[in-house]
Amino acid sequence: MISFTVNGKPVSVEDPPSTPLLWVIRDSLNLTGTKFGCGMALCGACTVHIDGQAVRSCVAPVSRAEGKKITTIEGISPDLTHPLQQAWIEIDVPQCGYCQSGQIMSAAVLLAEKALPTDEDIDEAMSGNICRCGTYPRIRRAIHRAAEIKAQKSAK
Amino acid sequence: MTVATRMKRRDFLKTGAAIGGGLLLNLYVPDWAPARAASNKPVALNAFVHISSDDWVTVISNHSEMGQGIYTSLPMLIAEELEADWNKIRVESSPVAAVYNHTVFGIMMTGGSTTTNSEYDRFRKMGAMARVMLIDAAAQGWGVDASTCHAEKGYVVHAASKRRASFGSLAEAASKIEPPKDVLLKNPEDFTIIGKPKHRLDTPSKTNGTAQFGLDVTIPGLLTAVVARSPVFGGKVVNFNADKAKTVPGVVNVLEVPSGVAVIAKGFWPAKLGREQLDIVWDEGPGGQLSTVAMREHYAALSKTPGAVAKKVGDPSGALAGAAKTITAEFEVPYLSHSMMEPLNTVVDLHEDHCEIWTGTQFQTGDRAAAAGVAGLKPEQVDIHTTLLGGGFGRRANPASDFVTEAVNVAKVAKAPVKVVWTREDDIRGGWYRPMWYDHFEAGVDASGNPVAWKHTIVGQSIFDGTMFASFGIKDGIDSASVEGAADIIYSIPNIQVDLHSPKNEVPVQWWRSVGHSHTGFSVEAFFDEVAYAGGKDPYQLRRTLLAGQPRMLAVLDLVAEKAHWNGPLPAGHGRGIATHFSFDSYVAQVAEVSVTRDGTVRVHRIVAAVDCGSTVNPDTVKAQLEGGIIFGLTAALKTEITLDKGRVQQRNFHDYPMVRMFESPEIEVYIVPSTEHPTGVGEPGVPPVAPAVANAIFAVTGKRVRRLPIKPEDLRSA
Repeated sequence: MISFTVNGKPVSVEDPPSTPLLWVIRDSLNLTGTKFGCGMALCGACTVHIDGQAVRSCVAPVSRAEGKKITTIEGISPDLTHPLQQAWIEIDVPQCGYCQSGQIMSAAVLLAEKALPTDEDIDEAMSGNICRCGTYPRIRRAIHRAAEIKAQKSAK
Repeated sequence: MTVATRMKRRDFLKTGAAIGGGLLLNLYVPDWAPARAASNKPVALNAFVHISSDDWVTVISNHSEMGQGIYTSLPMLIAEELEADWNKIRVESSPVAAVYNHTVFGIMMTGGSTTTNSEYDRFRKMGAMARVMLIDAAAQGWGVDASTCHAEKGYVVHAASKRRASFGSLAEAASKIEPPKDVLLKNPEDFTIIGKPKHRLDTPSKTNGTAQFGLDVTIPGLLTAVVARSPVFGGKVVNFNADKAKTVPGVVNVLEVPSGVAVIAKGFWPAKLGREQLDIVWDEGPGGQLSTVAMREHYAALSKTPGAVAKKVGDPSGALAGAAKTITAEFEVPYLSHSMMEPLNTVVDLHEDHCEIWTGTQFQTGDRAAAAGVAGLKPEQVDIHTTLLGGGFGRRANPASDFVTEAVNVAKVAKAPVKVVWTREDDIRGGWYRPMWYDHFEAGVDASGNPVAWKHTIVGQSIFDGTMFASFGIKDGIDSASVEGAADIIYSIPNIQVDLHSPKNEVPVQWWRSVGHSHTGFSVEAFFDEVAYAGGKDPYQLRRTLLAGQPRMLAVLDLVAEKAHWNGPLPAGHGRGIATHFSFDSYVAQVAEVSVTRDGTVRVHRIVAAVDCGSTVNPDTVKAQLEGGIIFGLTAALKTEITLDKGRVQQRNFHDYPMVRMFESPEIEVYIVPSTEHPTGVGEPGVPPVAPAVANAIFAVTGKRVRRLPIKPEDLRSA
C-alpha cells in the first residue's frame, strides 16, 4: 500500500511500487487529464507536480509518491481561475489539446519560480514538452500573459 | 442582395427520417457545458440542431475535432443563421448515419481540409431552417403572422407587441412544425458571427483535464490490451509462448489476433509488462528484406527513366534541346510517421447482436463497415462514438481501419470489453507512413533567363492503390495524390512534362497532412529557386512574372514579400527564402529567415505566411492552423525520417524521431488576404511551403542547395 495526496485528497493504492505514477493516476485513480504520450519522459504530456516540482509521471515509480503531495491538471484550480488557464483561454492556445495538460503543468512550475519569465526561461522550462499541433508560439505568448495576470492579481 | 437557397425537399426528408429513426447520441464530448438536467433532453429541429428547454443549442458535428477548430467553426455557421445566443451553444459528435455523410465524399469522414468548405452551405441552411421553425412556432402561439416576428440572440421577438419567447420554450412546438421548403440565407454583409474571431468552445475543457479523448474512455468491466505486432511489415505469427507473460500480475489473457498477439490485462501497465515477456516466432515474408537504402537506389534509377505521363504541355524535350542553359537536380524525402500526441487506441464493447466502439477517428463510415465485417454484424448494429482526437493528421482516417478492426478482433477473442492502446513505439514503427519520394528535374532557361522547359519525374508508392478511393484517386495509372502540386504547377512555363513511377512494396502508406503536396511543395519550389538563380533572376521576381495569370497567388506572394521585407536589411549571417504553394484550393506563400551555425545547425528565426483561403469563418482558427502547419512542416524539414533495415523500422520514440520543440520554434506571422470567395482548405496548406522556404533561405545564406529532407547538419557544416 502506497499513500500520498492527490490534489489535496489522501489516497492509498495497491499497485506494485514500480508501476509508473502515470498509470496509477489514470487507471487506478481515474484522473484522465494527465496524458500518455511516449512512456520515456521525452514528450512531457504526463507532467504532474510532486511537492511542487514538475515530474514526468510516465517514468516516475509510484513508490516515489509515498507521503508526497501530487498535483495533476485537475488540481491546479477548481474553476479555471489559474492565471495559466485564463491566459490559455484568452489566447486560444490548444488545438487538439492532448499535450496541453502537460504544457500547463510545466508552465505552472516556471511561473511559481519566476514572476516574469523571459523567452529564454520559457525555452528552458518548456522544451521538454512536445506539441505536435505546433502551438508553441501561443504557449509562449500565454505564459507571458499569465505572468501579467498573476502580477495584477497579487497587486490587488 | 439576399441569397435565396432552395433546399431540396428530398434532402430534408432524409434528414427528418434519420431523426425519426431515433439517434443514439454519444456523450463523449467536451464536458465544459453545464450539465443538463434529465428533463432538459434536447429536441431535434433537424439532424444538426437540437435545442433543450433550458435554451442550450446543441450542434451535432458530423466532423471530427482533431485540433482544427471545427467544433467551433461549424457551430458558428449554425448560430449565425439561427440567431442563437453564442453563450448557449454546445457541441456533440454525431453518430454514424447517412444524413451525416460528407457532402462531397458521400461517407462520414474528416479529411482533405474540406470540413468548412463542404459544410459552409449545409450548416447555414440547417441553422436557417431551425430559425424559421422556431419563428413559426412562436407566431402560431401568439396568433400573429410569422413575417412580423424575428429571431435574435436565442429569442423569437414580436416587436409590435413587445413579446419574446426563448428558443428553449419554443423547441418542442417548433419540432412539430413542417420544415420550410425554402430558406433565405443571410447576406454576408450582415454576418455578426461568421468571419469574426470567436474563442474556441473547447478551450476550457482542454485546460482543466476534462476534455475526453479516446484514451480517457472507460466503461464497466473494461480491460486494456496491447498487441505485439510483427517486427516487419506483412509478417505473421508462426507460434508463441505466453507462459512468462501470464505470470505478470494483472495479465488476464494472452491471445492471438490476425495482427499479432494481444496481451489483455487490468490496466495498461501490466499489459505492457506482459508483452515484454512474450516469445513469438514470426514468418517475416518478403517484408523482412526491406531496406530504405536499397529502395533509394531503385527509386533514383527509376527517376531517370520515362514514367506514366501525368501532364504534358508543349514540347519539353525540344525546348530543353533549344534552351540557352539547362539544369538538373534530384530531390528526396523520407517515409514519415504522423506521430499524433495521443497514441492510437480504441474501446470495443462487443455483444452478439451489437457492437459499441469509442475511438478518435476521422473515418467513421469505413471503420463501421470494417468493424461490422470483423464482428459478423451489419453496419447498423455497430455504433461508433467519436471522441476528441489527440491529433489526426490523416493517420486516423485509415483506409484499412487498422486500429479499429484490430480492437474488434481483440474484443472478439477476449470476450470482454477491451481498450487496445498503442505505445509510442507501436505508433512510430506501425507503418501507414507518408511515402518516401524521389524526384528528378530537368529545366531549361532562354537567353534572358526565363524558364522555357520543365521536366519532372516522380517516384513513390501510390497511396490510393488498394483503397476504397482507388477509382476516385487513380486515373490512367496516375495516382492524383502522387502528382498533386506538380502536375498542376501554377507557374506559366510553356513546355512542361510530369511523369510518375509508382513502385510497390510492403510498407503501408497513407495520407499525411498535405499528402502529395508535402513532397511536391518542397521539390517543385526548391527546384524553382534553382531555376531562378540559373537564369540570373531574383526568386521572388521570377515567381511574380510566371504568376501573372494567377491573381490570387500573386496577391498572396506580394503580401508575404511586403510583410517579410523581402529586400530589407537582415542581421549578419541571416538569409531569406521564399516559396508558394497551391493546395486544397488555397493559396499560400511563406518567407523563412534562417541562419546556419558553423556546425551546420539550422536556426529558423522567423516565418511570415500569407494565405488566401476564400472567406473565413473563424479568422483566429485560420491563423492557428497556419501556425501549426508551419511547425509541422518544420519538423519534417529539419528533424524526422523513418528508415528501414532488414525490414525493421530504425526509429522508436521521440529521441530518434524528434519533434521541433519550443526552443526551436520560430516567430510566426500569418496574414489573411480578405476575400468573399467560398471558403477553401486551411488545415493542410500551411505545410508544403515551409521546407522549400527554409531550403531556399539556407542557399541564400550558405550557397549550399538542400535537396533532401530532413536537412542534415553534416551537409551544411562549414569547411
